[in-house]
Amino acid sequence: MTDSARARAQILGMIRKGKASQTPDGQSPDERIDAKRRGTIPARVDKDHAALVELFVDHATALSATVSRVDDESEIPGAVADYLAGENLPATLCAAPDPALQALPWDTRPALTVRYGRSDGADEVSLTPAFAAVAETGTLMLRSGPDHPTTLNFLPDTHVVVLRESQIVGPYEEAWDRLRAAGPIPRAVNFVSGPSRTADIEQTIQLGAHGPRRLHIVLVQDGEGESDGG
Amino acid sequence: MTLETENPRVGLFVTCLVDLFRPNVGFAAVKLLEAAGCRVSVPRLQTCCGQPAYNSGDRADTRAIARQVLDAFDGYDYVIAPSGSCAGMIRDHYPALFDDDPEQSPRAHHLARRTYELVSFLRDIRGMDAVDARYDGTATYHDSCSGLRELSIKDQPRHLLGSVDGLTMVDLPGAEVCCGFGGTFCVKYPDISNHMVEDKAADIEATGADLLLAGDMGCLLNMAGKLKRRGAAVQARHVAEVLAGMTNAPAIGEPGESLPQTEGDT
Amino acid sequence: MQTTSPSFPSNARQALADPDLQQALTKMKVGFVVNRANAVAKLPEFDTLRDEGRDIKNHVLSNLDTYLERFEAKVTENGGHVHWCRTADEARRTILDICRSVDAKTVTKGKSMIGEEIGINDFLEENGVTPVETDLGEYIIQLRKEPPSHIIAPAIHVPKEKVAESFFETHDQLDADRNLDEPRALVDEARSMLRQKYLDADVGITGANFLIAETGSTVIVTNEGNGDLTQTLPKIHIVTASLEKIVPTLEDASTILRLLARSATGQEFSSYTTFSTGPRRPEDADGPEQFHVVLLDNGRSALLGTEFQDILRCIRCGACMNHCPVYGAVGGHAYGWVYPGPMGAVLTPTLIGVDQAAHLPNASTFCGKCQQVCPMHIPLPKLMRHYRERAFERGLTPGTLRAGLKMWAFFARRPRLYQFFAGLKMRALAAAGRRRGRFKSLPLAGGWTRHRDMPAPQGATFQQQWDAAGGAR
Repeated sequence: MTDSARARAQILGMIRKGKASQTPDGQSPDERIDAKRRGTIPARVDKDHAALVELFVDHATALSATVSRVDDESEIPGAVADYLAGENLPATLCAAPDPALQALPWDTRPALTVRYGRSDGADEVSLTPAFAAVAETGTLMLRSGPDHPTTLNFLPDTHVVVLRESQIVGPYEEAWDRLRAAGPIPRAVNFVSGPSRTADIEQTIQLGAHGPRRLHIVLVQDGEGESDGG
Repeated sequence: MTLETENPRVGLFVTCLVDLFRPNVGFAAVKLLEAAGCRVSVPRLQTCCGQPAYNSGDRADTRAIARQVLDAFDGYDYVIAPSGSCAGMIRDHYPALFDDDPEQSPRAHHLARRTYELVSFLRDIRGMDAVDARYDGTATYHDSCSGLRELSIKDQPRHLLGSVDGLTMVDLPGAEVCCGFGGTFCVKYPDISNHMVEDKAADIEATGADLLLAGDMGCLLNMAGKLKRRGAAVQARHVAEVLAGMTNAPAIGEPGESLPQTEGDT
Repeated sequence: MQTTSPSFPSNARQALADPDLQQALTKMKVGFVVNRANAVAKLPEFDTLRDEGRDIKNHVLSNLDTYLERFEAKVTENGGHVHWCRTADEARRTILDICRSVDAKTVTKGKSMIGEEIGINDFLEENGVTPVETDLGEYIIQLRKEPPSHIIAPAIHVPKEKVAESFFETHDQLDADRNLDEPRALVDEARSMLRQKYLDADVGITGANFLIAETGSTVIVTNEGNGDLTQTLPKIHIVTASLEKIVPTLEDASTILRLLARSATGQEFSSYTTFSTGPRRPEDADGPEQFHVVLLDNGRSALLGTEFQDILRCIRCGACMNHCPVYGAVGGHAYGWVYPGPMGAVLTPTLIGVDQAAHLPNASTFCGKCQQVCPMHIPLPKLMRHYRERAFERGLTPGTLRAGLKMWAFFARRPRLYQFFAGLKMRALAAAGRRRGRFKSLPLAGGWTRHRDMPAPQGATFQQQWDAAGGAR
């Protein structure tokens, strides 16, 4: 037996010994995992989809994220370019190799240089899709995959995220449902609520501790949200 | 409603600190309970609720002392203590002490159900809405921890104090923060306790009140002792003294030229 | 980690005399407390969620073996490894072996209390592997060679001038004229310093706020993003977690996450909450090639079924210490080991022994604030009292206190004798103290009268006066 196997047997033995003196609570772990029962969902997300979109924007901006809204995805390159210009940031992006992002009309903004792939730490600005967004706290849900390297979420100083209104849900639990429906759980699921921050020096909040100093969300109206019912 | 509930028989649990340091509070409690229609007795065979032993990990002595309390207060409709800490001990902790004792356990539960802190009993159980008392001055109120967190005593004293003629109440910032007494804590860790009561005294002085009120003698001795040491002009009294209109006796730690009378000195 | 818990009283005295620390603690008492209160006020469901969180953890603790096996199976299925470790030493060796397997030179670390508990940094360093803390607070105290003083704000005791001092001393490339007066400049300096470390590290070690049985995921919650860089960039990601961190499902984690940040910093949700499930997939562009979970027991399994089991619900939010008046007076270092404040006063005797840590459960007024704010409803004062009972049973209670208690209990158990002597004593004390109304010093009461006056008793005891008045018995 290896050391780990011996330790495993002994730890499980101790646990079972302790368990013997407890009254079982009658819930089977397997059933519980299968049931995926939700706890209390805050009433603040009990709204129609249009109101959830506004709730998301309110919460995200309260967390120091910025949001620009466009009516159509063809306007995304313009919104990105305008944001970068407005912040005096370089017009060079490292973008996720996401087919939908790649299909955007980037040639309408020839001043923008777009590279696709993971970040090596030298990129100042990244652009990624979102998988979903949680209105409850203004939180983005990003998933790793070939079309979305995780390094893009953390290394660059400025992270720009494209989010469609139809991707906005009320509570975290609905985001999990969508994720499960989309296939096996990816290696990394990143919930992002505003830019990186720290209060480790004299309890004063500073943005951009190790992750992005700026989080900008380009919110696309895609008119698919209503059918979703919120 | 039976005669018993209209005029319930109340056993007064005096508490050791009131018995030893501040009998005036005991007489104030009797007066208030009688005003609320209770028939009050003081069982002789009582000393202490056992907290010093309990909080020091001495379970055997605690149980022996608690047994005495169970015996002494058998047969009363209610057991009332002018202290949230002692009432909390009986209500919240006695039942657990006798968990493994089939004979005493039901008695402990029965006693726990009948035991109340004085002011919350007057207000919540006896429905007292106002008192007949006068105090000309400005007071602030400190919430003692056990009463506040174990027995939810918060509004009851403030409500009744609101009916005292001539009394202005001012809020104490941090009223819910512990004063640093903590029973044996204050002598086991005197430096930490001092830091806490120093903060508390500063907060009390900053209110500008001339009187500090609270519902527990332990905290009051601690805070009054610190206020005196700091040379503060703020006096300290148990809330029952003001509610009963029994404020002729010198305040806690104030000089007095004569021994207090043996009866309520209204 | 070496403990100084046995010298808690002198640690505390030192802390009370440290002006920098006192200033930080004053700020903390306002910041954390107000922020939490505001966050809780904005979520009317908070108390219901606390009940649910407690129930989830209780359910897990009743079925811990099953959930751990399920978690392990899932991690393995995802291509990761679970290493079971009974002791801190086993955990250290396991981590070192993994580091050696890739000939690791440097290791980056996210903040992990388990890392502190097993003393991983010193061990790696002794064995030729350089650990680099990446959480800003942990980085600062690593430079200063100090233990953390708070579980979520490890450098809360260090003023910015001292942070600058440490940076000037240790950052070789730093220009001596560089202005590091303000927190912003300090954060930027640490950011640029650590950036290359992330990229160079061979192994990244993080803790875990949760382990998910359903998916085999590990979860970290951070604000800085350091934990994510630590676990994404190196070839190997090692997660250190104690076994009670497990929850059944993503839904259960979501319920407890609603409590965590609000209780900790007063945020609704921390900036980054990351669910990691195994190593990078073949088609992924980045992520670690190996994923290891070092699962630590270190005495926890022995708590199951005992009166101390409830402490295993702790989610390390720090609310108990943020609200504790004793922690607020002395800070974290006085407690002398990894976990300070009320949760530490229960966990420390559990993990290093009640003989080493007997002071900690005693250093509480039992004001109950910790229990009131604990998102997991842990009855901390009750658990501290149980440790006092253990210490008393084992004769660890200091002799003078024990003797005093025994004498007092002797009288308290004999009401007639008690009342007789109390009557005599109080009359004498009252007579002596009547003129001033109080005593500036009293024999055997030095602990009291060193700092405050002792109010004099009124005179005869209540019992005597009641008799004299012919009161009903």
